[in-house]
Amino acid sequence: MSEYNFAYLNEQTKKMIRRALLKAVAIPGYQVPFASREMPMPYGWGTGGVQVTASILTPDDILKVIDQGADDTTNAVSIRKFFKKTAAIETTELSEQATIIQTRHRVPETPLREDQILVYQVPIPEPLRFLEPRETETRKMHAYEDYGLMHVKLYEDISQHGHISTTYAYPVMVEGRYVMDPSPTPKFDNPKINNCPALQLFGAGREKRIYALPPYTKVTSLDFEDHPFEVQKWQASCELCGTSGTFLDEVITDDKGGRIFVCSDTDFCRKQQSEKFEEAG
Amino acid sequence: MQERLKIKNLSKNFVLHTQNGAILNILNNVSLEVRDGEIVALCGPSGVGKSSLLKAVFGTYRISQGDLVINCGAKEIHLAKASPAEIIELRKHTIGYVSQFLRVIPRVPTIEIVANAAIEAGASSQQATEKAVALLEQLRIPKKLHTLSPLTFSGGEQQRVNIARAMSAPRPIMLFDEPTASLDPENKTTVLTMIAGLKKSGTAILGIFHDRNDREFLNAREVEMEKYKEPENA
Amino acid sequence: MKMNPGIPLLKVENLHKAFGKTKACHDISFELWPGEVLGIVGESGSGKSTLLRLIAGLLEPDKGTISYQQNSKLITLTDLDEPALRHLQRTEWGFVHQHPSDGLRMNVSAGANIGERLMANNWRHYGNIREKAQHWLKAVEIDPARIDDLPRTFSGGMQQRLQIARNLVTNPNLVFLDEPTGGLDVSVQAKLLDLLRGLVSNLGLSAIMVTHDLAVARLLSTRLIVMKQGEIIEHGLTDQVLEDPQAAYSQLLVSSVLQV
Repeated sequence: MSEYNFAYLNEQTKKMIRRALLKAVAIPGYQVPFASREMPMPYGWGTGGVQVTASILTPDDILKVIDQGADDTTNAVSIRKFFKKTAAIETTELSEQATIIQTRHRVPETPLREDQILVYQVPIPEPLRFLEPRETETRKMHAYEDYGLMHVKLYEDISQHGHISTTYAYPVMVEGRYVMDPSPTPKFDNPKINNCPALQLFGAGREKRIYALPPYTKVTSLDFEDHPFEVQKWQASCELCGTSGTFLDEVITDDKGGRIFVCSDTDFCRKQQSEKFEEAG
Repeated sequence: MQERLKIKNLSKNFVLHTQNGAILNILNNVSLEVRDGEIVALCGPSGVGKSSLLKAVFGTYRISQGDLVINCGAKEIHLAKASPAEIIELRKHTIGYVSQFLRVIPRVPTIEIVANAAIEAGASSQQATEKAVALLEQLRIPKKLHTLSPLTFSGGEQQRVNIARAMSAPRPIMLFDEPTASLDPENKTTVLTMIAGLKKSGTAILGIFHDRNDREFLNAREVEMEKYKEPENA
Repeated sequence: MKMNPGIPLLKVENLHKAFGKTKACHDISFELWPGEVLGIVGESGSGKSTLLRLIAGLLEPDKGTISYQQNSKLITLTDLDEPALRHLQRTEWGFVHQHPSDGLRMNVSAGANIGERLMANNWRHYGNIREKAQHWLKAVEIDPARIDDLPRTFSGGMQQRLQIARNLVTNPNLVFLDEPTGGLDVSVQAKLLDLLRGLVSNLGLSAIMVTHDLAVARLLSTRLIVMKQGEIIEHGLTDQVLEDPQAAYSQLLVSSVLQV
């Protein structure tokens, strides 16, 4: 522990990131540039999220890290270990116990509270990048609320697939002002991002951008009047806990085409299983 | 009858910068008037400036000296000082020009070219088209050609399309540059009868009619242009 | 939009633009009246394209003012902030580039290209956007069945017509045309000219067209400006400039046209 400053980053860097965070919270949905540092992990492994977490972490915090809803995948495990080693903080797999949840692309099924912070790892923060590669131009588009282009992408979806086929990184409008990419979370989670009691922070390490949604921010998914926003629905319910209405992962079970659907949120699934077990007595 | 067009001591010269600044005085002190219901025929050998005078009246050739006064009913326009907007307005309502050659956008059907002239003058699309069909038939343009571009037509046919276009929206002053030059006798008579009809309805007409018989048919007042030519060795 | 025919649609006064020591536009002044098509002609490097870009707000002048008629009054464009200027550009104006790839989004369908301006103006009904896009494809003589095809599958002439449709979908008052027939075969040019003429007269558009093709200028424009080395050396009605050119350079330009 003594080899590292608390939570790895030096205090100057944290200060710089906190300033960016404050600005991001003050202008919900606006991408704030920050001087992203080299981290002891490759880009794409959550360097943005890790820097945000490192900057807001206190010794009393309890950290949960998820990767696609799961606590036990490589990325989640290594980031948890990283903070255990550099900050000696407590970690958890339970959503309700955590004060900070760092996530790669899911919002937990368990409703979040005001005393929690959700930190997103973001690969590409710019929702307009797909159609307009020039950063100088996209910044102007944000500044002038010149957002026709965003609907062009949704229009293309419908014309090619008959419906809006974007299922993740589904663009949203924040407080009627900034169009924002909610990182590659499934659009299933978009309603949870809206009016959320927890503070939501987004960090993109390679792209050097931070953005935020303060608690209870109004977040609307973009759509057309005659093609309204809809979340995914599954015919099946979770094979393990039996719950329906959660985000399900498809798991292949054998070589003969056998497959099952299970909750992507492992913590939530385990909880449902034990409740059922208790009920069954 | 009212004087519609007054040309006062008008001169026109060309300065040819590409030919060492040579100066051509093509019109010298031309003065003449045209009244409503009158046909004035410009006469003289070729090169005497007949077509140039028509172009000056239409505003295409800018006037070097003198003036050209056009009575538009409510007001008089002095062409020598007129702004482009005023000339555009004049062409829309007061002066029509039938040149010897048809100049149109490729691919546009004949019927549309003729009808558009009337539409620009304010007619409805249906009225204009009906009138265009009637005029083209009167001028013996076969029906099957109406939907084709006139650019592929013979010289005589093109000339008749040009006249049909002018007749579909005649203005109080009409300028004709050899309107019957490449027509057969039958069509020539039709066109002359149309022009005579314009005269009867009070149009002031200034034109070039090569054939003495045509001028007599139209009962035109002849103006000899030779006298406005630049004197030799001047 | 209702236009006041008594004042110009556009008024350019003493416009200057230099690139280093090169005077691209020197002391340019002119007016464009409602319903007019103004042609700007001159050889390559005469500053005509720069002038067009200055007026359209794509370049900033060094000096001079540009005014534009809005709600029957002249507003000074050179005082306008960028968001307001962009709003004008995507609603009341159109810009047709010489190369369709500069004016189209090549990676989205024809329908999305036409629909973009509508969506930028808050159209949020997919069915209506599509209907309007189909209407405009027909208006520029492209088979509406090709609405979902990418522009790159279109011929050069079709791409140029698609670019025109994309610009006209919001019924602009003023369209800037930069060598609109420049890169096209002669046979395709005629078709495009006919289309432009029809659109201009039916929609009551005003336009400023840069071209080096005097035949195109003659067929489409009411007035002409001749430019040389960044200056206007002659202006007048199209037939005046072409049949009775006054300046030495205009005479040279007109006399250099090949006859067919």
